[in-house]
Amino acid sequence: MMGVPDYSAKGLADAVRSGQVSAESAMIGYLERIRATEPEVHALLAQDQDLALSRAQAVDRMPLDQRSQLALAGVPLVVKDNIVTEDFPTTAGSRMLEGFRSPYTATAVERAAAQGAIVLAKSNLDEFGMGSSTEHSAFGPTKNPWDLTRVPGGSSGGSAAAVAVGMAPLALGSDTGGSIRQPAAFCGIVGLKPTYGRVSRYGLIAYASSLDQIGPLARTVEDVGLLLQVISGQDVRDATSVENPVPDYLAQLKRPLEGLRVGMPKEYFGQGIDPKVRSVVEKMLDRLAAEGVTVVEIEMPHTRYAIATYYLIAPAEASSNLSRYDGIRYGFRAPATDLDSLYRNTRAQGMGEEVQRRILLGTHVLSAGYYDQYYVKAQKVRTLIRRDFDEAFQTVDLVVTPSAPDLPFVLGSRSDDPMQMYLSDICTVTANLAGLPALSVPAGFDDGLPIGMQWIGPAWSEDLLLRAGYMVEQMVERPRWPLWRT
Amino acid sequence: MVDEAYRVVVGLEVHVELKTRTKLFCRCVNAFGSAPNTQTCPVCLGLPGVLPVLNRNAVYLAVKAGMALHCTIRSVSKFDRKQYFYPDLPKAYQISQYDLPFAEWGFVPIADGAEVKRIRIRRVHMEEDAGKLNHIGQNLKEAEGSLVDLNRAGVPLIEIVSEPDMGSAEEARRYLTELRTILSYLDVSDLRMEEGSMRCDANVSLKPRGYQGSLEDLPRVEVKNVNSIRNVGRAIEYEIERQAARLSQGERIIKETRGFDDGRGRTYSQRSKEEANDYRYFPEPDLPPLVLDESWLTEVQASLPLLPEAWRERLRDLGLASQDVEVLVQDRVQVAFLSETLSFTDDVRAVSSWMLSDMLRLLNERGLGFDQSPVSPKDLVDLLGFIADGKISGRMAKEVLDKMFESGESAAVWVKRLGMAQITDDSLLRGQVAEVLAEHGKVVADYRAGKERAFGFLVGQMMKRTQGQASPEVVNRLLKEALEFDAQ
Repeated sequence: MMGVPDYSAKGLADAVRSGQVSAESAMIGYLERIRATEPEVHALLAQDQDLALSRAQAVDRMPLDQRSQLALAGVPLVVKDNIVTEDFPTTAGSRMLEGFRSPYTATAVERAAAQGAIVLAKSNLDEFGMGSSTEHSAFGPTKNPWDLTRVPGGSSGGSAAAVAVGMAPLALGSDTGGSIRQPAAFCGIVGLKPTYGRVSRYGLIAYASSLDQIGPLARTVEDVGLLLQVISGQDVRDATSVENPVPDYLAQLKRPLEGLRVGMPKEYFGQGIDPKVRSVVEKMLDRLAAEGVTVVEIEMPHTRYAIATYYLIAPAEASSNLSRYDGIRYGFRAPATDLDSLYRNTRAQGMGEEVQRRILLGTHVLSAGYYDQYYVKAQKVRTLIRRDFDEAFQTVDLVVTPSAPDLPFVLGSRSDDPMQMYLSDICTVTANLAGLPALSVPAGFDDGLPIGMQWIGPAWSEDLLLRAGYMVEQMVERPRWPLWRT
Repeated sequence: MVDEAYRVVVGLEVHVELKTRTKLFCRCVNAFGSAPNTQTCPVCLGLPGVLPVLNRNAVYLAVKAGMALHCTIRSVSKFDRKQYFYPDLPKAYQISQYDLPFAEWGFVPIADGAEVKRIRIRRVHMEEDAGKLNHIGQNLKEAEGSLVDLNRAGVPLIEIVSEPDMGSAEEARRYLTELRTILSYLDVSDLRMEEGSMRCDANVSLKPRGYQGSLEDLPRVEVKNVNSIRNVGRAIEYEIERQAARLSQGERIIKETRGFDDGRGRTYSQRSKEEANDYRYFPEPDLPPLVLDESWLTEVQASLPLLPEAWRERLRDLGLASQDVEVLVQDRVQVAFLSETLSFTDDVRAVSSWMLSDMLRLLNERGLGFDQSPVSPKDLVDLLGFIADGKISGRMAKEVLDKMFESGESAAVWVKRLGMAQITDDSLLRGQVAEVLAEHGKVVADYRAGKERAFGFLVGQMMKRTQGQASPEVVNRLLKEALEFDAQ
């Protein structure tokens, strides 16, 4: 079937700009898709169909000279529910914020909306972004559209699943240790974590501030570039956003890459990586080599400390960032008899087990007597990991790895084993620790389940990553839609 | 009682609110006394997703203060999170500076007679203020509830930490007074202890004779949030006596935080520090390091006003008595006023004596400061000029000054209006009469030819030359005498 959701974001925006397709009719198509798929996938936490339709009508009513300026004219956008919006409640997937409505909207969402994008829903996630399966949402898990018994990855699992089934052509996610790239890989779509400082974090509910970035998810590399274009750039409200010109990401996208040198770090292709994943990624690298790409094996010796480093730094920052959810001013408040029990009951009842685990871990890491041993040490290793990349980029343009060590796993199969769950992030956390941009793009399928490959580049090399991703995209055959009903 | 068995060791931590237009990390207005929670935004409310953005003007004011306290300013410092739960702290952490404060190793000179002692400053750091809890009811224990007011949350503060260099309550008072004076010269804060824009915590311990250990290891009592310089002195005096009494009975001093009961003049225990808070400080990931450009620092240094110590020296060199110097230097606006008069006169003694007597009286009556005086520095110097020229007496000058205050008009206007400055001395006017006649030969000839109107013109010329101060009677007489004399 060829319906509205078959449009790419780029194609839809072009059609709406020229008046070929009305934003309203497009929106109706996407809302139908949501009705058809959401009950089984459960990708969304909040939606407002009336609002989405009235926004679409407003785009249609715009004078042509105005509408023709909009890069995302009438394009539906799903926003991960840890990014605040005035028009929808924002829960971060937590009981703690059930019913919370932010009085302001995140910069990235504002920028997309200013270009004509229409937010039609907020998407499910692991509570506060903590997880790799979207099973840790207080509002129930999201299912993988390719196999409903499996997880969509996480924490941006709702955004990835929504895009994969065509609820919207574009979604915003956030990535602290792989939360955009791993679900993009699990759901067979494209996801990009930008360079730290590329996209404003203002309005992103902080998990680990020095690692968090907002980024785009879409079905095509071009659409990822399109959304990245719109949300990038310095923001006076985020002191860690960087004043660095935003290039035209689409201008060179389709130009073939000549003389590209790609590094294949052996640490990412060894133990702990599912052989099926490895074989798909290696096969793709062989095909790229046949196209003239130079693939060299490299070493990144500090990779083996990455998970340990990440699980010291991220929980340390999280323990601080999540302290504000104390039941005093907003959100959930448990019954209590005094201040101490108010804090204790509220946080014990309002936060899920995984969140509490990380808060405890982080609190311990920052405690007097442990700080130097854990936090300071982890920061030093973080520098070494960054240096591994600096050295790699002396000899290669980009580094390639699998996006995740394994195929989408069965729901519930890892819930009791946090250590096993943490290892799902093994391929992705290094880019966050080093602040580097990284793209996950589908590299192939195994028995109907998608497998992603990750491209990591030097800081500010998003344009190059997108070109490499586009090249891969041209070589992969994939079914149009994952679900029976689409 | 305290005797030579102990030496008093006092160190002070002073919080000063910076007088910026907006808060430290958001654009909310920084002002005292508004209706609760009207000066708040998502950032200072600590709502989900917000980020701090540093107020550069706060940095400027803080650096000025650090420099005036003779500190070394770090070109690279950073912010850290100090974490604890309390309802007045919306993020459950305070953005502060922990191991890399922007300023370190300064001093405040305090004078005891001719002797000057330097109280060393260990560090000055920037941080955000917390909000305020208003308890419903008489006191916390019986309160029905507590209301949180976050207007103050995020207001920029500097914390100035002294070394334990003060050996008495009196030295602590002097230190605080001088600190406040120095800061007042910089105009960086309102410095109102009663409004909390300057707050002081005093650390008091007694060092037994023969004690060899470090001062840090002495059991220290911190008296929190005392609301005036006088009360800081009282609280320290009480603490010295209390601790001495305990020690003399062989009891141990408990390391604790105490409050000060103003009415009873006593400190009381608030919480024991034995189970100290672990604030879990770590670098604030939302703010890049604070890097201060060398040339900017040089500019700020160059823009600092003359400080109290320098003014003292200057005024003494100009011949003022020490007591007058001290009184003048206490108040920035007095010094500014005095400073401006110096561009019109060298007689700083006359200026100072008029400022500290009649000016001060008239200003106090109106509840005004020298910066709001209806009589400008130039006005005062002009008035003193009339006395110096012998045109009016000191007693007359007081009357003129009163009128000047009431009307805002100049000394010249009132001297004339009150008829005090008519020039009646023949000898002062005779020379000018001769000049006027010489300049206007034709008019003189007209007069002699019988044109009565010509006489009026000559009178006018005289009045113009004397700026209206010549007595018309005398001018008439002298002109007639001269015209007749020449005619002979």
